[in-house]
Amino acid sequence: MHIIDRRLNPGSKSLENRQRFLRRAKALVQGAVKKSSQDRDIKEVLEGGEVSIPLDGMNEPRFRREGGTRDMVLPGNKKFIEGDILPRSGEGRGRASAPGEGDSEDAFRFVLSRDEFVDLFLDDLELPDLAKRKLAEAESEGLRRAGYATSGSPANISVSRTVRLALARRVALRRPRPETIAELEAELAECDDEERRSELLAEIEALQAKARRIPFIDPIDIRFRRFETTPKQVAQAVMFCLMDVSGSMSEHMKDLAKRFYMLLYVFLTRRYRHVEIVFIRHTDRAEEVDEDTFFHGPASGGTLVSSALEAMHEIVRSRFRPADWNIYAAQASDGDNATSDSDAVSRLLTEKILPVSQFFAYLEVGEAGGSTFDMSDSSLWTLYQRLRADGVPLSMRKVSDRSEIFPVFHDLFQRRRKQEKAAP
Amino acid sequence: MTGTAELLFEGADWDFQKLQRIHDACGEIARSELGLDVYPNQIEVITAEQMLDAYSSVGMPLFYKHWSFGKHFAHHEAFYRKGLMGLAYEIVINSSPCISYLMEENTATMQALVIAHAAFGHNHFFKNNYLFKQWTDAEGILDYLDFAKSYVAQCEERHGRLAVEQTLDAAHALMSHGIDRYPGKKKLDLRAEEKRAGDRRQHEESAFNDLWRTVPTGPVKSAELLSTERRRKLLGMPDENLLYFLEKTAPRLQAWQRELLRIVRHIAQYFYPQTQTKVMNEGTATYVHYRIMTRLHEQGRISDGNFLEFLQSHTNVVFQPDFDDQRFSGFNPYALGFAMMQDIERIVTDPDDEDREWFPDIAGTGDAMAVLRDVWANYRDESFISQFLSPRLMRHLRMFHLHDDPAESAGIRVDAIHDERGYRRVRRELSRQYDVGFIDPNIEVVDVDLAGDRRLMLRHAVIKGAQLNETDARRVLQHLADLWSYDVSLVEVDATDTVLKEYVLHPRGLVAAA
Repeated sequence: MHIIDRRLNPGSKSLENRQRFLRRAKALVQGAVKKSSQDRDIKEVLEGGEVSIPLDGMNEPRFRREGGTRDMVLPGNKKFIEGDILPRSGEGRGRASAPGEGDSEDAFRFVLSRDEFVDLFLDDLELPDLAKRKLAEAESEGLRRAGYATSGSPANISVSRTVRLALARRVALRRPRPETIAELEAELAECDDEERRSELLAEIEALQAKARRIPFIDPIDIRFRRFETTPKQVAQAVMFCLMDVSGSMSEHMKDLAKRFYMLLYVFLTRRYRHVEIVFIRHTDRAEEVDEDTFFHGPASGGTLVSSALEAMHEIVRSRFRPADWNIYAAQASDGDNATSDSDAVSRLLTEKILPVSQFFAYLEVGEAGGSTFDMSDSSLWTLYQRLRADGVPLSMRKVSDRSEIFPVFHDLFQRRRKQEKAAP
Repeated sequence: MTGTAELLFEGADWDFQKLQRIHDACGEIARSELGLDVYPNQIEVITAEQMLDAYSSVGMPLFYKHWSFGKHFAHHEAFYRKGLMGLAYEIVINSSPCISYLMEENTATMQALVIAHAAFGHNHFFKNNYLFKQWTDAEGILDYLDFAKSYVAQCEERHGRLAVEQTLDAAHALMSHGIDRYPGKKKLDLRAEEKRAGDRRQHEESAFNDLWRTVPTGPVKSAELLSTERRRKLLGMPDENLLYFLEKTAPRLQAWQRELLRIVRHIAQYFYPQTQTKVMNEGTATYVHYRIMTRLHEQGRISDGNFLEFLQSHTNVVFQPDFDDQRFSGFNPYALGFAMMQDIERIVTDPDDEDREWFPDIAGTGDAMAVLRDVWANYRDESFISQFLSPRLMRHLRMFHLHDDPAESAGIRVDAIHDERGYRRVRRELSRQYDVGFIDPNIEVVDVDLAGDRRLMLRHAVIKGAQLNETDARRVLQHLADLWSYDVSLVEVDATDTVLKEYVLHPRGLVAAA
């Protein structure tokens, strides 16, 4: 007999089969992923988990018989005798179909890992201008602190480190402390005894000599801050959510906007190590708020889009240097804007915001039930349309139903290549 | 038997020396007391994850790649992770050497149980049962699977993954109808099979000469010359082995596609005996482990505590819920098989009058193991039950027979119960439940319209009014049509030859394009 320990063999022999299955079921699984992500919160979207797909196309059909007269022998008779008639109760004890088989209507449930889930969720999407940014990355070199050095330029002396080392050295070499000498001198001043005086004088002399020999700061104590040049990665992104919260925005519209932001967030966290979200809501004034206030806080007033853009510009200037941050902005609005504001908006966008942004998405949300095609071009839409002509990173879409969000998002972020092909 | 009181193991921990000792002790009892005859054993210790892997490829250690196995894997994994499903303690493979997979989580007692169960019980059954002898080639199966795996991979490389997948999909759909149910002229030899496939390919390659294409052939024979009789004979019709028929006669399949059909067919054939001997196979293994473990305990080689642990697992395995119990899902093959084996032992050693009347051949002959070994060698579930289910066991399990006729509006009739009038009928019905002839729909190729549009005609002989599930039937027939590459029709006829339903499917032309 042989005993073989197979435990150390590479596991997941089924991985390949599993991938084949996912590839085959891709369309279905993607649908399921989208559906299940609709019911989740922003952060949970990334969790992966169980999905269920219809078996259609994934079934393994066999010739099966059904119906007809059935005979069965069962155990556990308690009271029946031959010739009894048992009434049928509805469908009776339907035989439970085997898992994964059974009727084609059954849903097939299984668990996706987090990565599989997000991959499917974001499949086909690519960061706008990722290529460009990558090139830029390689060029930009940053300095990074890298410990201390014994040599360097005077500007880089690390005082605290130097003083600490000097102190350690003085303690180790028993350099007399100034207080000790002062004490002795005080005693000398009061002392009348000659013998004692000369003793003290000698002692003070010796200590002072020692203090001179051991300097307070020695050149060997000096430390310089050391810097290294490193290629700097722009691995952080900030996402600005701009939303019009004036009276004309209904709950439904806000919900649409939220879903869009959610997707954008997932998308960015997938690509960047660190993603910050800034919520800016505006009426005729703009303010930076937290997420809850953003979506649920009451507000009213007129509409001045430029106020939000101005606020965003301010925040970018003060907190997010474009060299360090990838800046994304998504604006949701019902399209209303004061006509007088148009000039300000277009100036802000073209001069200040678009040049530093990776991407600026404008989402025009409409009332539930309204077809996107019926929506007449709003003032903001017309304005942006005009700006877009210059090939700036500005995308815009109209949405009026929850189910349209994903396709729209998909459109906006489709792989760059396709866009470029389509463009000329 | 020396009554050595040395324990094989203590507590729950095991190591490889202990496994070896357990195996040797079990083997000793199996050979000398039970007279078992087994393939050499190979015991492999695996993790839970590897067990899941094995689950998804029907328990085989290596298998070709196909998405459907991934689907099963995903499914099992989901259920396992949620705790809805436990894993088997062991998987055993009908091969020589006989491979048993043991889970590493098992306690020492469980390992002993599993070794006795799989490495001796199942192993003996595989080696001795006539169905396995007739239909499977234990020596060659692993090599053949290896061949199949690399062949499929090669085909994917040469002809594209999609084309291979489509062919395999179609073949899998017809798998249950790719079996020879009657022994052919010679025994299946999988090793030779593998060699033949290679030779065939090589010959084709070496004998290829483009000139043959230009050699004029004789005048085409008129189609009428081929009488129906002759045509049927030429094509080997009627044939219930649909895969075999396609492999040999489908007009437009490529050589590699035929080889794939052949592989699927051989694998289906390999599993054919297992579906027919579930009750017996498990009954044998359960009986053997029960005997071996009890004996080990009597010898003082298993402590009382560990023996109780064994008994607990054993009773779980042979638990048979009543029909009205929530847990009921048909007869538990372990329970029924074990009960029948024990019953036979009782009849042989300690019969009463009823047993003498019902089983004159074996009642009171005294050597239970001889009778059981004979039973294990020469029966399958259906014949086993119809021969050896005793009235006493029927009473004990309180079996009854329900007849459900949809035409009967009053309800379901209790046709027979465990009494004098019902024993034989109950037994006959139960054995029918295990008869493959009744389980699988009886579908045959009956004709091909050679003169016309080459339509392939199938016939389903409907038994007891049970027709095919329409959605599934259409899907399977679609696959069949794709392979045949011309129209396919299926008629369902009842015993009086009345046509109940007819399907006609057109090929999608996917495979032909490959």
